[in-house]
Amino acid sequence: MALDNTGQRVFKVVGTRPPRPDGVDKVTGRALYGADMSAPGMLVAHILRSPHAHAEIVSIDTSAAEALQGVKAVVTAADFTPQEDEYLDDILVNCLARDKVLYDGHAVAAVAATSADVAKAALKLIKVEYRKLPHVTDVDAAMRPDAPIVQSGRSLETVPEGMSENVTSHCEFGHGDLEAGFAKADLIIERSFTTAATHQGYIEPHACLATMGADGKGDLWCCTQGQYNVRSICADLLGIEASQLRVTASEIGGGFGGKTTVFIEPVALALSRKSGRPVKIVMSRSEVFLATGPTVSSSTDVKIGMTKDGRITAGQAHLRYSGGAFPCGTVDMGAQAAFAAYDLEAVQTLGWNALTNRPKEAAYRAPGAPQAIYAVESVVDELCQQLGLDPLEVRLKNAARKGTKSSYGPTFDDIGLMATLEAAKAHPHYSAPLGENQGRGLSAGFWFNFGGNTCVTLNVNTDGTVGITEGNPDIGGSRAAISQMAAEELGIPYDKIRTIVADTSSLGHNDVTDGSRVTFSVGLATIKAARDAISKMCSRAAQIWGIDEEAVVWEDGAACPAGPNAGKFPPMTLAEIAAVSFNTGGPIAGHYEFNADGAGVSFGVHLVDVEVDRETGGTKVLRYTVFQDAGKAVHPSYVEGQMQGGAVQGIGWALNEEYIYGEDGRLQNPGFLDYRIPVASDLPKIDTVILEIPNPGHPYGVRGVGETPIVPPLAALSNAVSRAIGKRLHSLPMSPPRILKALSEA
Amino acid sequence: MKTIHVSTTVNGDAAEFICGPDESLLDVLRNRLGLTGAKEGCGTGDCGACSVMLDGRLVCSCLVLGAEAEGVTVDTIEGLAEGDHLHPLQQSFIDHAALQCGVCTPGILVAAKALLDRNPDPTETEVRYWLAGNLCRCTGYDKIIHAVMDAAKTMRAA
Repeated sequence: MALDNTGQRVFKVVGTRPPRPDGVDKVTGRALYGADMSAPGMLVAHILRSPHAHAEIVSIDTSAAEALQGVKAVVTAADFTPQEDEYLDDILVNCLARDKVLYDGHAVAAVAATSADVAKAALKLIKVEYRKLPHVTDVDAAMRPDAPIVQSGRSLETVPEGMSENVTSHCEFGHGDLEAGFAKADLIIERSFTTAATHQGYIEPHACLATMGADGKGDLWCCTQGQYNVRSICADLLGIEASQLRVTASEIGGGFGGKTTVFIEPVALALSRKSGRPVKIVMSRSEVFLATGPTVSSSTDVKIGMTKDGRITAGQAHLRYSGGAFPCGTVDMGAQAAFAAYDLEAVQTLGWNALTNRPKEAAYRAPGAPQAIYAVESVVDELCQQLGLDPLEVRLKNAARKGTKSSYGPTFDDIGLMATLEAAKAHPHYSAPLGENQGRGLSAGFWFNFGGNTCVTLNVNTDGTVGITEGNPDIGGSRAAISQMAAEELGIPYDKIRTIVADTSSLGHNDVTDGSRVTFSVGLATIKAARDAISKMCSRAAQIWGIDEEAVVWEDGAACPAGPNAGKFPPMTLAEIAAVSFNTGGPIAGHYEFNADGAGVSFGVHLVDVEVDRETGGTKVLRYTVFQDAGKAVHPSYVEGQMQGGAVQGIGWALNEEYIYGEDGRLQNPGFLDYRIPVASDLPKIDTVILEIPNPGHPYGVRGVGETPIVPPLAALSNAVSRAIGKRLHSLPMSPPRILKALSEA
Repeated sequence: MKTIHVSTTVNGDAAEFICGPDESLLDVLRNRLGLTGAKEGCGTGDCGACSVMLDGRLVCSCLVLGAEAEGVTVDTIEGLAEGDHLHPLQQSFIDHAALQCGVCTPGILVAAKALLDRNPDPTETEVRYWLAGNLCRCTGYDKIIHAVMDAAKTMRAA
């Protein structure tokens, strides 16, 4: 789909900052999230979890629990049919362990009872006999041939021989002659990096309320990024038809990728089916850390060659990721993203995924990219330091641009990397003076952005207002942006439109809210649905005026005769056409469904100043500026919000957050006290600069913006800390003990 | 387990409930009084999503027993607006786009009001430190801080 008027369009509603439609609900406590729903006769369920990192389940005896007064149902893996499809079976085994527990906190059984106290008491009566097995939680250790095997028989054919069975997949991307490229370099630097697994850290724990009757019909209320995905997975795992399960997405208290799959929903449905009563499950915070999906942990080697004047001659990366105890494809995205910001003649990235005794990875904002780009951007920075070059000039010299054959294959169309780099260079932040123990860091970032399956209905009400039914949970203000695009297209005020998120029985399939896809794809479908409604409204006007449909055009919210030859009729507004619609053919609605393509890649550049306290090893972020290409910012406040929120999650990843496992393979910090996410007093203002390089794949030029901002902070912070203390760290997070250790080795 | 009968005042109205001796005020508010505005983000007092006022003192309601509400006043997010008239903090959060998912918002609003009640003219640093006990994962706090500062200004002018 082509851009309208090649970016010359003057917008009336798009680009403004109206109040969000869910604002009042959310500031008054009225908005209903996953845990806020109840049902008459509702039971409460709790889940028994493994105390071991890795063990065989010899037996499970639930009889004493079932006999406890108030217990209405108990389920284990035995209550589910194993799935032929490996993807589905992995989800099922992750929801309830089958033969082995694969990580600390892996679910083993669940009890539904008349109260939480009874359910918890019943868990203590379940007797599980375990036979402990050796475990491995480190990705490099897991790849060694003698490592304990987490799961057998899961390696794809792509995995080279001689590696541990834990290695499940291998990928390779790139082009050009590496050897010739490195031969042209004046300086080659090769370094190894590690990043800790981090958690999305959404403030709302997973929660759901399931109802299944004896007639096999089910209703599920849950906090999810994708109710259709929940429906299809749960229907398969429960052996019911999709039409019989209605899933309603609650308001969602943060997701960031972590609520794109299921953990408790099939369990709640099974308990409800067994007990004949509604069942509610709400995870505790420690359960969220232990048994939902953190991001991958990584170990990466990067080698880059550069000429004295700053031209990169070749780049190579070897990426080893672990997505926990199940096969995981995130390393493919890391390997594709690693060098995406550069226009390179010779580039190669190799990736491996290894199983470890850790929870099953779930997506986390630009999954796989932050780890890879951290390693690449750190080596580029060190090359700049050693060659005495300005890191921004070097990036400008090597930046990917329109026509660049990307490191992962496709040739880029209009992209905003050069513009964001130029904006960073021109910004006063880049030339501000620094004090003692202070350093400035810079990093570029990239994300692919996705489109995907989308379906939107737009109903024109007889009073001249419009209702939009869409199917993607709103995690950052998308209902506002969708209403704005509809208002723009229809030519009516924003406040005449109400956008709601439908349940799975009220609208066709929509892919999960992920891949920065919603404002792009749902927005595009909304524009098309509006155009569908407009053509019907023009047809009604033509009918009223007694002229040809083709002789009517839509301008400023009204049907008008196309020209003097069409006849002299005063314009008919949307409200006027809607008011008489019952007499001209019935209700008016627009609809559009498609599999969206053309999402348009996204680039950002972050600048950060830090000060390191040499006594405590603490790092204070002094100043932070985010530059990002949004294509077209539909609601600039929410674009800024994505840029700020992503940057701060990245700051947490760089400085503090990590999954810490003990020798026993158990997670030592499953809580917000010891897994420390950034708080308000840790941070300065997060400044934002929005660039708008229109995406040719959207009529308004919109690009996804949500994921890219988490990518640059890792290297930007590491580069800043390295420059502040004169020593480069190669592991994240750069927690105070790691910085003190680096300083003591100086 | 023996239950306890509690008489209290919630958002200005008399309220009575029966609860277990180990039941948190948060669970009482959510499960017995139908006030689900306060959220449980952690259950350990680390996230602030369950913030309420107990006799004018800002507390994490997950760390207070329901039985402790006997004879005192409890103020929650549901009592912040007066009828359909939003509190200046609520309006400011909407105007400044200071929320994304909104799940931390009730706790942050209650905490911010507690700050402005005692300090009508806080500096940005004071706001940042006062709200350090309220975790937000979506916004990076920037717009929240602006919204609180701006609401304080509006309230001082009123």
